[in-house]
Amino acid sequence: MDKEKLVQLTIDGKECQVPEGSTLLQAARNLDINIPVICLHEATTSEGLCRQCVVEVEGWGRLAPSCITPVADGMVVFTDSERVIRTRRTILEMLNASVDLSNSPELQVQMEIYGADPERFPGAKKREREILDDNPFYVRDYSQCILCWRCVQACADDMQYTYALAIGGRGHDSRITTFFDVPLPETTCVFCGNCVAVCPTKALQGKTEHLLEEGLQHHEIRARRREERLEKRRSK
Amino acid sequence: MSETAKTVRSTCPYCGVGCQVDLKIHENHISRVDAPFDVAPNYGRLCTKGRYGIDYVSHPSRLTYPMIRKDLGARPRKPVGLSSFRRASWEEALDLAAEKLAAIVKENGSDALGTFCSAKATNEDNYLFQKFVRGVLGTNNVDHCSRLCHAASVAGLQITLGSSAMSNSIAEMKDLEVLLVTGSNTSETHPVISTFMREAIVKNGARLIVIDPRQIEMSQFADHFLQLKPGTDVVMFQALANVIVNEGLVDQEFLENRVEGLEEYLPSLEPFTPEYAEEICGVPAEAIRQAARLYGKANAAAIYWGMGISQSSHGTDNAISLANLALLTGNIGRPGTGLNPLRGQNNVQGCSDSGGLPNVYPGYQLVNDPDLRSKFEQHWGVPLDPEPGLTTMEMVDAAESGAIKGYYVMGENPMMSEPDLLHARHVMENLDFLLYQDIFMNETGEYADVILPAVSFAEKDGTFTNSDRRVQLVRPAIKPPGEARPDWEIIQDLALRVEEKLARKGSAGFKFTHPSQIWDEMAELTPPFQGITHERVEKEDGVHWPCPTPDHPGTPYLFTDTFPRGKGKLTPLVYRPSVELPDNEYPLILSTGRVLYHWHGGTMTRRSKLDDIYPEALVEIHPDDANDIGVNSDDWVKIRSRRGEIEVKVLVTQRSSKGMVFLPFHFVEAAANILTVDARDPQAKIPDYKVCAVAVEKR
Repeated sequence: MDKEKLVQLTIDGKECQVPEGSTLLQAARNLDINIPVICLHEATTSEGLCRQCVVEVEGWGRLAPSCITPVADGMVVFTDSERVIRTRRTILEMLNASVDLSNSPELQVQMEIYGADPERFPGAKKREREILDDNPFYVRDYSQCILCWRCVQACADDMQYTYALAIGGRGHDSRITTFFDVPLPETTCVFCGNCVAVCPTKALQGKTEHLLEEGLQHHEIRARRREERLEKRRSK
Repeated sequence: MSETAKTVRSTCPYCGVGCQVDLKIHENHISRVDAPFDVAPNYGRLCTKGRYGIDYVSHPSRLTYPMIRKDLGARPRKPVGLSSFRRASWEEALDLAAEKLAAIVKENGSDALGTFCSAKATNEDNYLFQKFVRGVLGTNNVDHCSRLCHAASVAGLQITLGSSAMSNSIAEMKDLEVLLVTGSNTSETHPVISTFMREAIVKNGARLIVIDPRQIEMSQFADHFLQLKPGTDVVMFQALANVIVNEGLVDQEFLENRVEGLEEYLPSLEPFTPEYAEEICGVPAEAIRQAARLYGKANAAAIYWGMGISQSSHGTDNAISLANLALLTGNIGRPGTGLNPLRGQNNVQGCSDSGGLPNVYPGYQLVNDPDLRSKFEQHWGVPLDPEPGLTTMEMVDAAESGAIKGYYVMGENPMMSEPDLLHARHVMENLDFLLYQDIFMNETGEYADVILPAVSFAEKDGTFTNSDRRVQLVRPAIKPPGEARPDWEIIQDLALRVEEKLARKGSAGFKFTHPSQIWDEMAELTPPFQGITHERVEKEDGVHWPCPTPDHPGTPYLFTDTFPRGKGKLTPLVYRPSVELPDNEYPLILSTGRVLYHWHGGTMTRRSKLDDIYPEALVEIHPDDANDIGVNSDDWVKIRSRRGEIEVKVLVTQRSSKGMVFLPFHFVEAAANILTVDARDPQAKIPDYKVCAVAVEKR
């Protein structure tokens, strides 16, 4: 086998060599430099959606999303410059202005680290959505969705190859949906829950956990299920 | 809530993929199931059964204390519900069970007992079970449901290779060039394996051949979908071989070095032209040629199959015909090439490995080999029966004839899974004694005299061995309900009592205090397990056997240099049509099988959330047939066979081919096996669950 070609670069003053084709994020992780991510998950493909992983590359006019930017010889990279930190803080503040982040511990930690001001955009409108409860296994509360796209990726070519989920709408109205917006049981969904497993917030949540958080006991959850089944049978 | 924080790594109790799961525990319930992303075999992926179907362990109908039938001794024995049993102490129940078993041994001989161990229980449970049966009860009459699923695959692979397991690991799938999937509705029966197949196809450009009578979901990913008529498998695979030979696509070097029997085999292929196959299988000859070329020219091709191949009155021939293809083309013995029967139950591989079969000790060591028998006799300190015992269905036959007087059933439900159920149930009425050990009451338990409550996979230590021979741990995550106990403890206490009653006290050794000690004893007696301990399995997240020494890495794929029987054997075949074909009175073919949301006899999934999305049996009927019968989806039909009749709702779908209806066997209220025919493969004794003749009429 051909030996991998190595590329030399400098990150935060540390020199390193990494295989050609690596991303800046991978190179930084090799040096134990922590770059925060939101949309990326170990099981899904980098898409550069959230831009939280941006870094400054010397000589570049714009910040580079490190999860999708390949390394190049001689690059000089800064992962915690003032500009980078201001950008990350703004991303969190804008996200927080449009989505309920109270149930995402990882993002709460990042808000703290970057000193994000939850009141930065007082006039902004949070997305409000009704909780979708259309199947026995999990509920969808898209008011908590940060549109990271992990669930769509998991449903498609990163885990399950089932293609039940899609992106709908544009801009502020962007949302995760099903094709033709039909309830999940009418889609190709096989309820593997791999989307729930990669969701960074509680936009997707197992129904059992959801009901436990609403204060129900395990036996009450079972009783409710039984009632719902009887109700369904009666309505037929 | 400190309990909320608890997470326990374990192995999924459903299918043979053996997915690793992280069980989140809240107030002694499983509140969430995740999968570790960095651990084989599933790498974070789960299916709906593993993710949402494990709630059955906390169902209120769990058996929580031992019970004894109130009308003990009344004849004929009738199936009764739990209200016809009374609560008993462990002492009383075990004493009674031991007394009855010992009495049968004394009065009628050891072979008057039939025992069923469990593909759902751990390796340790099963090892101890067969040790008790062989060493104390004195019979080799021990078998389990593998007889009803992959017995024919085992027989076919034994004849051709001398082996009986999947030859590759699941992880190798991503590097395949060509996959041939046949008789396996992989996306519903082994859903996580199907995602790795689709990854190989969608991401890595592998090509897929699907050969199946039903238009299953995987056919959407196929280059070639050959929708053959049910029961014509041998013709199809021999025709593929015919093309491969005639177009010079064989691997000459492999044939010379690794294979024998070519001279007898080649002439047997002559009748199986693609045109003949078109006539018998209903698939265009040209499509068969194209599929043969794709498989024949591939550098790395593997075959995956399920019950569609093995559950047949010619199942052994089916498996041989697949092995012939791999041997002709040299598609075996290298990474990602091979022959892969996808195992059904979580531990069906391990139950067989642990000696839960009538003809072998653990590690497939033959009971009728004097040297091997002597090894076990010396270690256990008891004389052993040199004659192989009876298979599951032979045990039913023997109960009917009166040769078998008592059953010991652990974690199985033969009264849902045997073919021709009405007959099998009638036979149960003949027994003098039935000891039943399980986590729930089921259709078999209704015939019991004594019920012993066992714990579920989430409440005990031990190991399961998945379909690719990977030994993995299960760990206690929640407290068992009531007085339920682990199977191995129950077996041990029972064995000690029976030893005493038979005046064989202290004979075979039942002094275990932890399952890891049971594993160690099995490994000591079983060369391929000798490098495996619980400790190592824990450290490495699983080890593939064979693993003969502690420094051996384990064996993800088999047959690199040789086959267990030496050379692979090409085996001539003839076409034997299925035993019961449609006629004027019963014009349709019935195939039974599974759906995504349910599991086998339904004992688990029908007590789970999964039952909410698929709450009733549906028979799948092709639109043309539905039109002839005059029914639409959601109408009710009556299905009749020569054995019995059931009523069930209709799902009109093109998944079923014309002339064939498909019925899942999970639903007791429409039990598919009331209809199925007891027609057995002559070598493997497996019944034909895929082809029998039925009449369907509007109710």
